[in-house]
Amino acid sequence: MTKVKTQSLHKREDELANANRQLEILSNGIFQSGELPTFAKKIKETNQFPLRPKKLEILQINVGYMCNQVCEHCHVDAGPDRKEIMTVETMKQCLDVIKNTGAHTLDLTGGAPEMNPNFRWFVEEASKAGIKDFIVRSNLTIIRANKKYYDLPDFFKKHNVHVVSSMPHWTRGKTDKQRGEGVFDQSIKALQELNARGYGMPNSELKLDLVYNPNGAYLPGDQAAMEKDFKKALKEDFDIQFHNLFAITNLPIARFLDYLIASENYEDYMYQLVEAYNPSAVANVMCTNTISISWDGWLYDCDFNQMLGLKVASKVQHIKDYNEAILNDRNILISQHCYGCTAGAGSSCQGTVAE
Amino acid sequence: MANNNYYDPSDLRKFGKITEWSEELGTKFFDYYGKVFEEGALTAREKALIALAVAHTEQCPYCIDAYTKDTLQRGVTKEQMMEAIHVGAAIKSGATLVHGTMMMNKVNKLEM
Repeated sequence: MTKVKTQSLHKREDELANANRQLEILSNGIFQSGELPTFAKKIKETNQFPLRPKKLEILQINVGYMCNQVCEHCHVDAGPDRKEIMTVETMKQCLDVIKNTGAHTLDLTGGAPEMNPNFRWFVEEASKAGIKDFIVRSNLTIIRANKKYYDLPDFFKKHNVHVVSSMPHWTRGKTDKQRGEGVFDQSIKALQELNARGYGMPNSELKLDLVYNPNGAYLPGDQAAMEKDFKKALKEDFDIQFHNLFAITNLPIARFLDYLIASENYEDYMYQLVEAYNPSAVANVMCTNTISISWDGWLYDCDFNQMLGLKVASKVQHIKDYNEAILNDRNILISQHCYGCTAGAGSSCQGTVAE
Repeated sequence: MANNNYYDPSDLRKFGKITEWSEELGTKFFDYYGKVFEEGALTAREKALIALAVAHTEQCPYCIDAYTKDTLQRGVTKEQMMEAIHVGAAIKSGATLVHGTMMMNKVNKLEM
């Protein structure tokens, strides 16, 4: 058990705020000694090295690392003390890309994306591009955090935004332990408000999905079974409905890596990930159909690589030079954290990936 | 022996290796084991909770390790986990106490 922290690793000037230090940890120890195979070695066994992109389907834009919460497992190391925020200039560069992309999904994430002062303008402009699926990853509590956010459910509805929200458990204790005191009650209120606008209701086109992350050093259970349990409990206890549950594995980076090391669970967790390696998940990992864009416009294979500072291995590395054809002809950068996306049924921002 | 302890947590990872010294029986065991824990008339979650309770009555450290993790993965709360263990403990103590009737029978037979 670890104490809930209220500052990001960056603010605390922790050594794990440094991406290179994280990559070092992930490459040393049990992987350096050969006790466990590196991810590269593992995917070579099934002739899946190097990992290459397939058709681009998802543009994921991280509009800033600022957040009203300091969740224990956060791979972004987000929090109120993070000041990295996408500027209007970078947003305009993103909009140029959004208008011309072949991707069918636009996925805004953070931090709490709503805390970017230009968030609403950006959503309004981006929604004009007519992208099929427009996701905003909302942490729910932001809707209740301040009066200026109270109308977010209406704003989302107006722009037909697909809301994807984190909810680690249907009980207060487990949720608050991971995400902070009072988060559960505020999340429940926010979900009820979204439901009141039609979000998450059966047959409603206003999509509301939940994301489940395990509360510690273990892998997520079966996504379908978890969804059933979540739906039953939230309906019975709070009359809340939602569409899908995405069960996402915690990747061993940033604050979750910090937790694993501090709680002496790191090696066991890496064993779990490697033992649960599923080659059929490799074929569909999200980096094969996603481009991740950081608050300052750099391009990455995924949000995790973004946090590890691993820019795409391509001539095109920044949104200002964006070219989908050139970008698609690249090798995806990997390290041992990638085991998190290939364990069991696989894991991505859209849930499990194995067919 | 790699260490001086009868039980080593890392030995749990080697469980699958028992097959190496008796392939046919080991494979049959793991096939059976896997099948038992599949969703059936009971859910996989219910089976995991039974396994957790039995792990405690058997006092098997490996099983306790494995099924604590397994039940957590299935979203089981710690209150539910503890209740399951109490079921095991109640049966264990009940099984001890119900033998008290044997003692009572014997006393009744022996005493005038």
